[in-house]
Amino acid sequence: MLEDHAKVIAVLKEAGEVIGRKKLQKVIYICKKLQFPFNEKYQFHFYGPYSEELTLRVEELCNLGLVTEVKESKGGYYQYKYSVTDEGSEFLSHYEFDMPELNECITEINGQSSRFLELVSTILFFDRLTKEEIIEKVRTIKSKQNYSDTEIDQAFTFMAKLGC
Amino acid sequence: MLERLNEEKVFKDPVHRYIHVRYRLIWELIGTKEFQRLRRVNQLGTTYLTFHGAEHSRFSHSLGVYEIVRRINEIFSQYESWDEENRLLSMCAALLHDVGHGPFSHSFEKVFNLDHEDFTRMIILGDTEINQVLRKVSEGFPEEVADVIAKTHTNKLVVSLISSQIDADRMDYLLRDAYFTGVSYGHFDIERILRVMRPGGDQIVIKQSGMHAVEDYIMSRYQMYWQVYFHPVTRSAEVILSKILHRAKKLYAEGYAFKQEPVHFYSLFKEDISLEDFLKLDDSVVKFYFQIWQEEDDAILRDLCERFMNRRLFKYVEFNPMQMNTWRELYDSFKEAGIDPDYYLEMDSSSDLPYDFYRPGEEEERLPIHLLKPGGDLRELSRESEVVEAISGKKRTDHKLYFPQDLILEGTSDATRRIKSLLNL
Repeated sequence: MLEDHAKVIAVLKEAGEVIGRKKLQKVIYICKKLQFPFNEKYQFHFYGPYSEELTLRVEELCNLGLVTEVKESKGGYYQYKYSVTDEGSEFLSHYEFDMPELNECITEINGQSSRFLELVSTILFFDRLTKEEIIEKVRTIKSKQNYSDTEIDQAFTFMAKLGC
Repeated sequence: MLERLNEEKVFKDPVHRYIHVRYRLIWELIGTKEFQRLRRVNQLGTTYLTFHGAEHSRFSHSLGVYEIVRRINEIFSQYESWDEENRLLSMCAALLHDVGHGPFSHSFEKVFNLDHEDFTRMIILGDTEINQVLRKVSEGFPEEVADVIAKTHTNKLVVSLISSQIDADRMDYLLRDAYFTGVSYGHFDIERILRVMRPGGDQIVIKQSGMHAVEDYIMSRYQMYWQVYFHPVTRSAEVILSKILHRAKKLYAEGYAFKQEPVHFYSLFKEDISLEDFLKLDDSVVKFYFQIWQEEDDAILRDLCERFMNRRLFKYVEFNPMQMNTWRELYDSFKEAGIDPDYYLEMDSSSDLPYDFYRPGEEEERLPIHLLKPGGDLRELSRESEVVEAISGKKRTDHKLYFPQDLILEGTSDATRRIKSLLNL
């Protein structure tokens, strides 16, 4: 029961705190692309891969009191912070996930900016293409983000380090 | 590029009155065998078991989405930036956006690890009649259409007509599903919405004066989700359907000898389905197997199929997932009572059926609906509308437990008595 929910809690617990809804979306997507068993279905949206299923799942976790969502005003916009509650930790203790490599990855991924993770997840979304085609794709569909050559190189290096 | 038919063709449609086809390309796409297959795929899966009128197909929905986009094109033709290429691309993508859906696609995708978007792409780019028709425009045109449907095309305005928070897909399915289910709460003034739509750079924007029509549309989405799409009886049928597929897959893996070989399912069971095999699947093929599996030797498969075909569905109770100990006790008691909990006890949550609610797009999750103010400024919808703000701020979620009440009530063992007590039966 609620195994998929528990996996999201496991990620948040390992991360300590995830700042930003967009970041949480990309963190889980990258983990999924790393073949960790997340079942949330993703589609490409304006800001890269996005899962409505994950959004609803996180809302359910908040409603159940297993995860806290703190809304902070950042001037012109709001930012959300997610972390696991004591009830969430207790809930998680009923499940056994043997994913030691995941824990290492989470820290690495969560340490990046959401802008960078949007780039990485977009690249991963097009992993059926060649590297040149991916770069071309990123430049055209993410033209407004205006990613530099250095950022794109860093993204590929980051992915190689994670084992993508 | 857009060769017109000698005479306009029309399809009579209960939602839009008429679907108008003026271009040969559209007419030929509708005639392909891959598109005609959609006549045999129900738009709402198992919902017909709750709302008996909901027998409409993905074919009629696809025509409806095309018709809405065709009408938007008529309105946008007054803008210089909206050229013939956009018109052609948007109409083809609208028509073909669901062509990769199979029968009961939500459960099939979950159980057999499929994605209808992959099949849509394969049908458009592969060795198919649809691909042949699209290539008459240009060699690269099928890829363009596939990119629009996958939302990865560079022209985001065209993408937003088919897929955004106020798009032709949602507008058609809300009106169509409301019509065929017979419910009264899916309606909104589409004429008004189409009149106040404007091309706004990367997305469609709505004139401020049309805000109330959009509020109605958002309310429709909200109501339809809870009253139709997430109806507990429909979810019960979906739970049983999913259990049937799981059971058949497991039996196949264990080398079980089916009385009649389920040849249409073999590649699904192996999770290695080709496009050719996928295109052979439709609702009638699946129901044929469910029909004959009612006579199988395996008691679980037989019983689940009897339940599905004869609408003897699982009952449900509200359940708080925090009651982990109750869940465990129930699971063990089901086992003790000889009722396999892996097939007869299921928790269903609202996140298992992610029909999307309106999202204000905070933190760049999704692009929100923008209102165009008289001075040219854009404002996110929920900041202007108290009605939408109220709905989008409310995070309503739901968890239910599904089980075969008849089996439990007829049991006399200690285990069934315990189950009755735990479920308050």
